[in-house]
Amino acid sequence: MKIIVLTTVIPDLIEELEISPDGKSLDKTYLRYIPNELDDHALEEALLLKERHGGEVVVLALNIREETDEMLFAALAKGADKAVKINGDFEGIDNHAKAKILRKVLENFEFDLILTGVQTVEDIDGYVGPLLASYLAIPYVGVVSGVSYLKDTLLVKKELPGGLLTEMEVSIPCVLGIQAAENPPRYVAISRLRQMMRTAKLEEFQCEKEKNGKIEIKKVFKPEIAGKAEMIVGEPEEIVEKIVKILEEKGIIK
Amino acid sequence: MEEIVKANVDLESDFVGRMILEQGGEKFRQCIQCGMCVGSCPNGYFMDYPPRKFIAALRANMLKRVIQSNTAWTCISCFNCSLRCPSGIKITDVLIPNLREEILLEGKTTPQEVQKALENTSRYGNPLGESPRKRADWTKEIGIPVKVLPQASESVEVLWFVECYPSYNPRNILTSQAFARILNALKVNFGILGHEEFCAGDDVRLVGEKGLFEMLIEHNTKILNKYKFDFILFTDPHGYNAFKNEYPKFGVQYETMHYTEFLVDKIDKLKSLFKKKLNGTVTYHDPCYLGRRNGEYEAPRELLKAIPGLKLVEMPRNRENALCCGGGGGGIWLDSYIREHSKERLSEKRVKEAYSTGANILAVACPYDMSRFEDAIKITGYEGKLIVKDIIELIDEAM
Amino acid sequence: MKGDIFVLVEHLKGEISDITFELLSCGKAIKEQTGGTLFAILLGHNLKSLIPDLGCADKVIYVDDENLSEFSPEAYKMVLVHLLREKDFLFFLVGNTSYGMDIASALAAELEVSCVVNCKDFRFEEDNFIFITQTHGGKILNEVSVPNKAVISILPGSFSAEEGKREGSPSIEEIKSPVSLSTLKVRFKRIIEPEITDVDISKQNILVSVGRGIQSKDNIPLVEELAQLLGGVVGSTRPVIDQGWLPLSRLIGRSGKAVKPKLYLALGISGALEHQEGMKGSELIIAVNTDPTAPIFDIAHYGVEKDLFEIVPLIVQRLKERKGS
Repeated sequence: MKIIVLTTVIPDLIEELEISPDGKSLDKTYLRYIPNELDDHALEEALLLKERHGGEVVVLALNIREETDEMLFAALAKGADKAVKINGDFEGIDNHAKAKILRKVLENFEFDLILTGVQTVEDIDGYVGPLLASYLAIPYVGVVSGVSYLKDTLLVKKELPGGLLTEMEVSIPCVLGIQAAENPPRYVAISRLRQMMRTAKLEEFQCEKEKNGKIEIKKVFKPEIAGKAEMIVGEPEEIVEKIVKILEEKGIIK
Repeated sequence: MEEIVKANVDLESDFVGRMILEQGGEKFRQCIQCGMCVGSCPNGYFMDYPPRKFIAALRANMLKRVIQSNTAWTCISCFNCSLRCPSGIKITDVLIPNLREEILLEGKTTPQEVQKALENTSRYGNPLGESPRKRADWTKEIGIPVKVLPQASESVEVLWFVECYPSYNPRNILTSQAFARILNALKVNFGILGHEEFCAGDDVRLVGEKGLFEMLIEHNTKILNKYKFDFILFTDPHGYNAFKNEYPKFGVQYETMHYTEFLVDKIDKLKSLFKKKLNGTVTYHDPCYLGRRNGEYEAPRELLKAIPGLKLVEMPRNRENALCCGGGGGGIWLDSYIREHSKERLSEKRVKEAYSTGANILAVACPYDMSRFEDAIKITGYEGKLIVKDIIELIDEAM
Repeated sequence: MKGDIFVLVEHLKGEISDITFELLSCGKAIKEQTGGTLFAILLGHNLKSLIPDLGCADKVIYVDDENLSEFSPEAYKMVLVHLLREKDFLFFLVGNTSYGMDIASALAAELEVSCVVNCKDFRFEEDNFIFITQTHGGKILNEVSVPNKAVISILPGSFSAEEGKREGSPSIEEIKSPVSLSTLKVRFKRIIEPEITDVDISKQNILVSVGRGIQSKDNIPLVEELAQLLGGVVGSTRPVIDQGWLPLSRLIGRSGKAVKPKLYLALGISGALEHQEGMKGSELIIAVNTDPTAPIFDIAHYGVEKDLFEIVPLIVQRLKERKGS
């Protein structure tokens, strides 16, 4: 199987997020970027499929931040066969433009399957997976938590509300938006990662700017504090007393 | 017999090849299969391949079995085996970490808790996954000035390397704050590294992540080289051990001291500052990496004896025989995994032992001991009967 | 801005999902500004009986086809592209759900219109619609303006399902599929139910829910004790389920159950969007988390900025004392 995995880095939510002075984007000064966790799952699923059925796993990423390099080397250390860094001017890029760029770059690759995390924390104008699938005129199924390969078709498990799963047969080639791999993403020992960084090469592509979708982000802001929870303060014993009182008042305990 | 013949000979020779590159690594060849290790191992009764059997398997080209067993993740690096081994085999520092490294390199069979702790350490400089920018937040609002070196431009006499749990864990922060008060009262010119400090990495090393350990050494050395100080002070025995015994192997040499040694030097000054009389019977738990590993047994006891109103009693298993709390070598992350295999947690056994001495205070000198024993007290039902305090906190209370 | 509003009806196992009513309620509110007709598009097979529930819509377009008996993103996309291509729609509303996430962007790309996802609200200003979307785990809101014609994907729980429910008789246009669905590239095979060896948390009045903050499987008994004392049951967020500490049947959120208990106690839960979707409607939400910026505090009624391990044992103790006396 020839599998492409699309990965990206995203802002780490562990830090405080600040708004830039013009109020239209995030202030990037202290922002740390980390690999999108769902893309790690997509890569893990790809590696598991390769281990079962043979083939090749190629990882692609748009070089939107310097942290992209480490993510690609880690993918190689985990067992990906090739890692491709796509360079270009990505200032203010949205998912429509990203999908168009990926479509162009993918003209250079043969593939049976494209896996990517079903979403990121930054999606506003749609999701890369289904957009790319449309541009490539191939099918898309998202929120997938299991992929099996049987003789030229894929059997995927798609998550539905209520803990239900729907099993679907998908023709190849296709794009799948991964929610969870069958196993948690594997560990990369730092020595392996460093070894890759010293010895492996990333394939590089240069790309032209593509047009964004037609939406405009007028303002970016943090949710208001008003309307937040009423905080119960004090020593633990005092807090517990207050909680018990609230539960009594609401008739939850007698 | 057939299995031995088919075994992957390369696996064993690669493994041995890596081990003998380390200081003392070749000593495993002198194993006389006496079983001293298994006998002294607190988890030996459920470890599939305790050191003796591990080495026998290695010699019989059956390393794969050891790798697939529970051995790697049931060792809590307490150093009992290494201390007692008549051949001086580096079990805790070489044999087990290399076994763990095998598993980490393979990647897929790494326990999730260990993976998370390591990924957090490499990303944020601490296994808890907390923001590095908040590493010195514990110093805010304690009412006394703490020099955080990146901002403070003066040089200091003492560089206090605070470490991760003492910086981020709410319970351990209380100990850190108490120590800041003590240093302040003693008019010590000290500073901390704040957000530039990364984990010293002793547990990372014990868990076999050599690459990450090297990265931490590189980072910490780069930061420390920016500042002038006389020596590095530790309240965490694991950080102390890393800098004292392991960093020098990479050519990084600093004067290091654990707080018990530091304070015992100033014991007369401390005594003059004691204003209150505490009331209680205290027993002291020797942390593995202060006691067994680094031979410091008496300074902590001197300090406890100096605190007015405290009576010091000993547990049967004291000094080099102390029973590990179960938190070292990744044990603090693998609590559920180890518990599944064992009959009772080591920390639970230990608090029962502490209580049996008649003590109502269990004194510790390591941040892991603090959480392990407090949790154990809740589980064993000794709440209200036994409390855990760091020696620092007892000193602080008496001032 | 003028134009018609179209809403995709989401249904599962023969029942219309709540999100549909939320979309109708949103559609109604948009229509107040634009005039135009509110359409509900229902794709399925033998589902005519569902149409009266869609009384909030002015018109229902019902496409009946055997190949639409079960959801296939491919089938839905093909039918909707054909349908909407003919129509002069202003907005096409879908739910930001497992179904909607598959088709919203694809539809927008094929129809060459804009797309906005993760919407939770909108504003009408100077003849323009501004949609408010949630990103970065709920920590950031974005005001997005769209030109005419867009596919809007709306987060469950953003609008009132009650306001979208109305029995009625909208005018019905029943048609066959405008495009052949006999050779689909995405074919439904079967539904896999979760093992029902466990309680149905959506039917509980009291839920004590845990997140990553619970730290270890060993701490679950403590929370179970609390739940028992309160007469409720333990639920959780995704990370706890992924670790195998609780069965899938306890999952609350986008991929799990939606719950509306009288009391939802959120312990060590940060409150990611996917989770919030599942429990937002709870009558009383009390959240315990050491992180004051955790999004859970945005939707909780009461918050406690403490370690759950400090608070829970004390509550258990208090409740035991009360029972004793």
